[in-house]
Amino acid sequence: MTIALDAPTAGPRRWRKPPMIADARLRYALYALILVYLYVALSSVTVNYARILVGLDRGAAFVSGFLSPNFTTRWRDISNGMLESLTMTVISTAVGVLLSIPVALGAARNVAPPPIYVACRGLIAVSRAFQEVVIAIVFVAMFGFGPFAGAMTLAFSTIGFLGKLLAEDIEDIDRAQVEAIRASGASWPQLMNYAVQPQVAPRFIGLCLYRLDINFREASVIGIVGAGGIGATLNTALARYEYDSAAAILLSIIVVVFIAEYSSGFIRKRFL
Amino acid sequence: MPVIEAGDHRVWRRRDRAEQLRNWLIWLVGTALFIVCWRFISERTIWIFVLDAPQQAWDMAVRMSNPPMGYFNRILQPMWDTVNMATIGTLIAIAIATPVAFLAASNTTPSVYFVRPVALAIIVTSRSINALIWALLLVLVVGPGLLAGIIAIALRSIGFIGKLLYEAIEEIDETQVEAIRATGAQPTQVLSYGIWPQVLPAFAGISVYRWDINIREATILGLVGAGGIGVQLQASVNSLAWGQVSVIFMAILVTVVFSEWVSAKVRHAVL
Repeated sequence: MTIALDAPTAGPRRWRKPPMIADARLRYALYALILVYLYVALSSVTVNYARILVGLDRGAAFVSGFLSPNFTTRWRDISNGMLESLTMTVISTAVGVLLSIPVALGAARNVAPPPIYVACRGLIAVSRAFQEVVIAIVFVAMFGFGPFAGAMTLAFSTIGFLGKLLAEDIEDIDRAQVEAIRASGASWPQLMNYAVQPQVAPRFIGLCLYRLDINFREASVIGIVGAGGIGATLNTALARYEYDSAAAILLSIIVVVFIAEYSSGFIRKRFL
Repeated sequence: MPVIEAGDHRVWRRRDRAEQLRNWLIWLVGTALFIVCWRFISERTIWIFVLDAPQQAWDMAVRMSNPPMGYFNRILQPMWDTVNMATIGTLIAIAIATPVAFLAASNTTPSVYFVRPVALAIIVTSRSINALIWALLLVLVVGPGLLAGIIAIALRSIGFIGKLLYEAIEEIDETQVEAIRATGAQPTQVLSYGIWPQVLPAFAGISVYRWDINIREATILGLVGAGGIGVQLQASVNSLAWGQVSVIFMAILVTVVFSEWVSAKVRHAVL
């Protein structure tokens, strides 16, 4: 432990907390660098005060819309959008989970041969690098507007998310158990089923529930780019300046997110 | 160990009968739910377009395979804006989320009955609304541009950082806090010498992790008018300029891979 002491010129010696970066020159250079960056970055941000003043009225209108949300006028659209989002969530999670398992097996260094390993890791990297909405744009162009494109988008993102985490879990398994099963003369599928799967399954089920949660959150926004779900409804309501309906939509999204998060947390705590 | 007597020899099974029945029921319910949802989506899908997808994908791939590299110069500024949006948004979120986290942690909050619920409510509200929806609302209020994006990123990140940080604060070692308090330290000194050093690694890790996520999020906020590369992406998609889209995708891929590398390095160093 380094202890910085004041020069003992007058009075008792006092202890001071050692700075995180010991070299003073490096420390101040870093501070200066951060200041310069902040200056450069902030100078490209333009603030239009006149526009904000106009916008504040809209903000106020939106807040008052929140205080009296209107579920009735657009109830058909809201319930329709919500059902689309929910079904997209179920389909995409189921398809994504099923496809992520072979991808994860391929992306685990201790299970897969090198060429398959590289291919699967590449797929995972691409799926993780692009935000769901970006993927949705491409899939909408491919499959046409609607919830099918949305479900495929989320399934693709799920493959990247679960594939990476499951592959890491598979790489961390206990080798001894695999050896033991192999010694009994098990074939490759039996090896996966009896030696690998029991070791990774509990955490994987937890991750699937977590991903179900994320998929609903994303299913509620990708409608903005035409991939179906309640996001489209919200976008329309805001474009028509129907703030009371928009508030109702937002509140229903929040309620479902809540239910999803707490029930998945409950299941994980109670059963896993 | 479930072993079944089959005539004169015994057969080992992985699961006993009750467990097998339970598994089977879960699969039945799951499959039924899947079929119901699938029918719902299928009714809303124009299958001709979906069956056409391989053709469309091939078309897109052909048009994307010849990216106009000159376009790259035009997206440097938007890409830089995107990174700034994520960075400044994250910094603002850190500044707000840190006090909120201390107010929300049950061992540091000044009042369990009044302050803690308020802090938790802030965290939950911020977390349950997606950054894109925040941006949609903010564009209406502050107008299109980087500012809306920065605030949207900040508002979404407060809940994320706040939640992970308050959980880290609740897991600290109380004996160290006791030791500092026993020296006669003020509450602020207890905070900065007893608690803060313990959560500092978690704090750095969480912040960098969120920054990494925010770079990804910032790439799309432009789609609703909140500045950054999304504006160019929207324009290129709308004009079906798939060559430009592929340049943008490459730029995003490089930036995201870089930020993920930085984030992994920092988290590896502090944790």
